[in-house]
Amino acid sequence: MLKTYTYPKFEYRTPPEIASGKTLKVPVVVVGAGPVGLGAALDLQLHDVPVLVLDEDDTVSIGSRGVCYAKRALEILDRYGVGDAVCEKGVSWNVGRTFFREQEVYNFNLVPEPDHHRPGMVNLQQYYLEEYLATRAASRPNIELRWRNKVVSVAQTGQTVTLKVETEDGFYTVETDWLIAADGARSPIRRMLDLEIDGKIFMDRFLIADVVMKADFPSERWFWFDPPFHPGQSVLLHKQTDSVFRIDFQLGWDADPEEAKKPENVLPRIKAMLGDEREFELEWVSVYTFQCRRMGSFNHGRVLFVGDAAHQVSPFGARGANSGLQDVDNLGWKLKLVIDGKAPVALLDSYSEERIFAADENLVNSTRSTDFITPKSKVSRTFRNAVLGLAKNHAFGRALVNSGRLSVPAFLTASSLTTPDEVGDTFAGRMLPGAPMDDAPLRGNGDDCWLLDKVGNRFIALYFAEDAAVLPAPTLAMLANLSSGGIAVKPLVIAARPGRLAGDIPVLDDPRGIAAQRYDAQPGTVYLLRPDQHVAARWRRLDEAKVRAAVARATCNT
Amino acid sequence: MSLNLNPNFSETGKRYFSAYSPGDDFYEMLISAHRDLSDEQSELLNARLILLLANHIGDIGTLREALDIAREGV
Repeated sequence: MLKTYTYPKFEYRTPPEIASGKTLKVPVVVVGAGPVGLGAALDLQLHDVPVLVLDEDDTVSIGSRGVCYAKRALEILDRYGVGDAVCEKGVSWNVGRTFFREQEVYNFNLVPEPDHHRPGMVNLQQYYLEEYLATRAASRPNIELRWRNKVVSVAQTGQTVTLKVETEDGFYTVETDWLIAADGARSPIRRMLDLEIDGKIFMDRFLIADVVMKADFPSERWFWFDPPFHPGQSVLLHKQTDSVFRIDFQLGWDADPEEAKKPENVLPRIKAMLGDEREFELEWVSVYTFQCRRMGSFNHGRVLFVGDAAHQVSPFGARGANSGLQDVDNLGWKLKLVIDGKAPVALLDSYSEERIFAADENLVNSTRSTDFITPKSKVSRTFRNAVLGLAKNHAFGRALVNSGRLSVPAFLTASSLTTPDEVGDTFAGRMLPGAPMDDAPLRGNGDDCWLLDKVGNRFIALYFAEDAAVLPAPTLAMLANLSSGGIAVKPLVIAARPGRLAGDIPVLDDPRGIAAQRYDAQPGTVYLLRPDQHVAARWRRLDEAKVRAAVARATCNT
Repeated sequence: MSLNLNPNFSETGKRYFSAYSPGDDFYEMLISAHRDLSDEQSELLNARLILLLANHIGDIGTLREALDIAREGV
């Protein structure tokens, strides 16, 4: 049915273990080659950890599914090497219109804040993202992708996870030190290990359709509450790439999904919505329900759950794939330190702690959106409609309209890994310990660059200076010293004025002072940055012992 | 005092990282307050709530402005 996209078919090769009968031994296995599983593999290869990826299928997501990739996910995809591809192929939109019955109640223009590399969001069908990630993964020396390889049993004994894998040529056995379960909402791994996931099903159904518009149609997000062409329900229209638009119709719980999916039932709905004169073609259609739930813990011995396998939210706010990518962003560096013996296994408990905090935030926000969009009682509907009525003329009403709160990363301020500010050190702004880093435009060796492209994958001490050329010798010695020791901290100097250092510490210039402003930095201010681009700690004065203590805290080495 | 029609929710001591969070916090609280009530009970809750808030605001001019805006959209 799809006309704008050709599905790649990834090659299946007979695993050599089937003929040899030998057990395959690898340090890490990822099950599931969706965006999150491929992200996990790409994160680990940045740390030179060999990964085997197993997937029961041999192509990408069928239909658009995930649509919006938010700024933080794009920054993570930059680290994985596909950020440019996603941003070039994807479409940005800024104008959103909200309708209540016949009337447009308001519109907004999300003009992006200047001086960030990546926009607030990009819309792209999930199959493109998966294709780019799979292509990238296939090109990396440390990743082996095995398509049409289905895990049929999993057992955990001591420090080893044993998998039985089924292929069309027979079965083989894999032993691994670590298993990352990225096998989706219905996670067979979770089920085979008899692990619980708690939450609730929302009693509602949604019809989603990918539609190709023949004529020009504005690149805008349109959201209808109770429209005349679909009374009592909500409808969302979202622009994707290749002139494909995604439409979500709320159907209600009593709708028959098989009936609703039939073209003779879908086409009139879309015609009523667009008006008869607009030509379009239906590419793909599906009906879904959703659940809001999460596991009690995301790590179980040597098995680590990521993405939908660990937590599921309603689709409002695009918090599924976006939060899954943040899971693997959080997990990769921790697993690397544990594998290398540089951090205790307890560091993986912090993966669960931090990502459960984020998952709960996502659950709260997406549940609130769901409750606004689909009111569960008469009084709830009255309040919802009152808000929509007031939104037309009053700013406070607009702020309460909740048709989805777009995914933003969690501030890990309360995490056990975060070192709070010292008493007496005062900072303005939002880059407090635990914050996901804000980007800023910089210059290095005469070229423009971005802060977030220069940090990540390792601990970094970001040192702010007026003029790098006149830094005192003890400061330089302290910065250089941080590179040695069990867990190296790479120094990076941000200088207000262009100038070089005598030693080999890299210097970037902050010509417009935007980095200094966003980080409320003064000369001598230092930020300790985690490998996942969160702030671990910060001080007004550099003190080597304090930096080392904060690194120890951020790696459970206390 | 004139009626504030701009977003105005916040909680003492709480730091927000998204502008929509305090308003969403309030809205969830409001809807939760009605959980498991009959329509008649909800109506009574709303009436009591309006009286409490009106007394807190106190300023009759402000309340008149709010009543006018509320009524013109009904």
